[in-house]
Amino acid sequence: MAIGIVRLDNLFAVVMLSGIYSLISASLFVTLDAVDVAFTEASVGGGIATVLMLATLALTGDTEKPGKGHLQILPLAVVVLTGALLIYGTLDMPSFGDPMAPIHQHVAPRYIEEAPRATGIPNIVTSVLASYRGYDTMGELTVIFTAGIGVILILGARRRRDD
Amino acid sequence: MMDIPGLYNYWIVIVLMMTGFYVVIARGNLVKKIVGLNIFQTSVFILYITMGKVEGGTAPIVVEGADVIYSNPLPHVLILTAIVVGIATTALGLALIVRIKEAYGTVEEDEIFAKDESA
Repeated sequence: MAIGIVRLDNLFAVVMLSGIYSLISASLFVTLDAVDVAFTEASVGGGIATVLMLATLALTGDTEKPGKGHLQILPLAVVVLTGALLIYGTLDMPSFGDPMAPIHQHVAPRYIEEAPRATGIPNIVTSVLASYRGYDTMGELTVIFTAGIGVILILGARRRRDD
Repeated sequence: MMDIPGLYNYWIVIVLMMTGFYVVIARGNLVKKIVGLNIFQTSVFILYITMGKVEGGTAPIVVEGADVIYSNPLPHVLILTAIVVGIATTALGLALIVRIKEAYGTVEEDEIFAKDESA
C-alpha cells in the first residue's frame, strides 16, 4: 500500500490509497485494543484528511510531473541508513505484548485501578483524556484553533486580493 | 533476555516510517509530501499503540465484576490527541499548498525553485 503511494504519479489514486491505508491502520488499532483511537483514525485520518486532500487536488491538479518514478540514490541511502539505526535502537526494547514492559509500570496501573471509581466513567481512555489530562486536551484544542485561524488567514488573503 | 522475534512490531513501524520519510525527501510534489508525512505520522501512532498492548489484554473499558487484564490506556489517550493535532497540521499544510499553487502556478518543488531563480 505505502509502496504504491511512493510509485504512483496519479495523485488522485495516491490520496485514495492513503485513505485506505488509514482505514487499515484503524482496524489494526481495534485488534490492538485501542478502540477509541480506531474511531478517531477512521473518521479523521480516513475521512477528513481524504476530503481535505481531494479539495486540494481539485485546486492544484491531480497529476504529478512524470518522469520521476525511478529511485533516487541519495534519499534512498539516507532512508536506509536511518532505518538501520532505528532497528539497532529497537534491540533493547521490551518485546511485543510483554506485561512487564516499563510502559505498564508507571502511572497506567493507577489509572486502571482508580479511574472508574474516581470519575465514574467506565471507559478509562475517556476518563484519562477528560479528567486526568484535561489540560492536555485543552492544549490540543488550542492547537486546532490556531490551525483553523491559520487556514482561514492563508486562504482568506486570496479572496481579499481577488476582490 | 533479548527476544528478536518479539520485536517485529517495531520493525513494521520502522519500515512504514522510512517509506513515509522517503516520500517526503525524494518526491518533488508537495501534495505527495503531505501524504508521505501522514504515512510517517500513522507509523508513530502504531508504535505507541503496539507498546500499549498487553498479551491477553482487552480494551480499557471496565467490565464490572470480572477479572480482566486491560491494555495500557495511556498511549491511547496520547495518540487520540496526536491524531487530532496531525489533522490540524495537515490542513495547514494543504492550505499553504493551495496558496503556493496560486502564487507560482505549480506544486512541483523544482519548478518553484526555477521560478525563484529567474525572478
